[in-house]
Amino acid sequence: MRYLAAKTAGEAAAALAAEPGLTRILAGGTDVLVQLKSGLVEPALIVDIKQIPGIAEIVAEDGGYRIGAAVPNAVLGEHAGVVAMWPGVVEGANLIGSTQVQGRCTMVGNLCNGSPAGDAVPGLIAANAVARIVGPNGQRDLPVADIPTGPGKTSLAKGEVITSVFLPARPARASDAYLRFIPRTEMDIAVASAAVSLELNADDTVKAARVVLGAVAPTVIVAEEAGRICVGSKLDEATLARMAAACEAVAKPIDDKRGTVAFRTKTAGTLAKRAALTAYTRAGGTK
Amino acid sequence: MKSIPVSTTINGDPYEFLCAPDETLLDVLRNRLGLTGAKEGCGTGDCGACSVTLNGRLVCSCLVLGAEAGGAEITTIEGMADGDELHPLQRHFIDGAALQCGVCTPGILVAAKALLDKNPDPTDEELRYWLAGNLCRCTGYDKIIRAVQAAAAEMRGA
Repeated sequence: MRYLAAKTAGEAAAALAAEPGLTRILAGGTDVLVQLKSGLVEPALIVDIKQIPGIAEIVAEDGGYRIGAAVPNAVLGEHAGVVAMWPGVVEGANLIGSTQVQGRCTMVGNLCNGSPAGDAVPGLIAANAVARIVGPNGQRDLPVADIPTGPGKTSLAKGEVITSVFLPARPARASDAYLRFIPRTEMDIAVASAAVSLELNADDTVKAARVVLGAVAPTVIVAEEAGRICVGSKLDEATLARMAAACEAVAKPIDDKRGTVAFRTKTAGTLAKRAALTAYTRAGGTK
Repeated sequence: MKSIPVSTTINGDPYEFLCAPDETLLDVLRNRLGLTGAKEGCGTGDCGACSVTLNGRLVCSCLVLGAEAGGAEITTIEGMADGDELHPLQRHFIDGAALQCGVCTPGILVAAKALLDKNPDPTDEELRYWLAGNLCRCTGYDKIIRAVQAAAAEMRGA
């Protein structure tokens, strides 16, 4: 195995593209080093991206924030501006692992790990976050929603590196929330999860809603119909019940020791309801 | 595999070492530098026995490559006492019998100090969440929480 600490994103992309064997990109390493330890993967090349200038920074941009791919989630959680604008994104990112893991793990790493249960991913997709990707042929932007393609799989081509994710600006009366179910209070993987991002009208009705579910399909999924149902309402009981039913309708979970299909399906809808109410309150809505 | 030369700072002292590309910081500390305070429990970032700080952040040294330590500031349990003078956390762990076998203890002390550096007066709940990544199979945690709170109180001058 070779280790390369790339000095630019272009150098990282070129090295990854040129390596015929298995490669891994190293940011926080909280998944990559576990994979190495398990012996399941034996990469020929590891490219550490943390020395790339700016990659560990959070920068205000166009009224939103650009979060570098190597920003540890603990650092994200200490950034007052991001916490105020996108509290749901941050609370998802901060649920991952222990204090020690938070000091290293990154949202982009969670995204590229490709788990449908990744806690940082539903919030990013609900936020319409956009990933910036540098590859052998240059730079492109792609919605985060288009990156996961299945368990452990992404749409990134060989040699492509995500260098940042962009959280867009949002109006004053808007917020988001993320909830997951785990059978304990800390340090576990979501059995089901939901992120909801809302914008409110002046009369406290919902102007726009995006509902995203985790751990109930091969990838994190957008519950489009559930979002549409919220629009125009003040999230009354009847609307929330219809919204939860729409979530259940698109959930296609697996059955395993951590949760049955029926449990995961029902829980996804319930979490979406609760996350919607939290986002509504955070956005300044009163019923 | 080609060895990688690394220069770093540990507990305020400069260190230089050679390591393999896939060698963890924990293995470097223990096997190359003789700093055996950090322990390997799980080796996968679940148990916290290998906790150190890296540029001021609490991390599991089993989830860091030695090669990544270049130019970094690392602190380990070996840097906690001031010569023969134990840190208040260490003293209260002994006085309060907050350990039995001792394998988790260095990691818990490093983690607890990282919290108190940031928050000198944590609630029990904050402390328990902060230490959720440090497993102890002997004590049942209660004496650990009490020892950290006693040390915190002493450090605050209370």
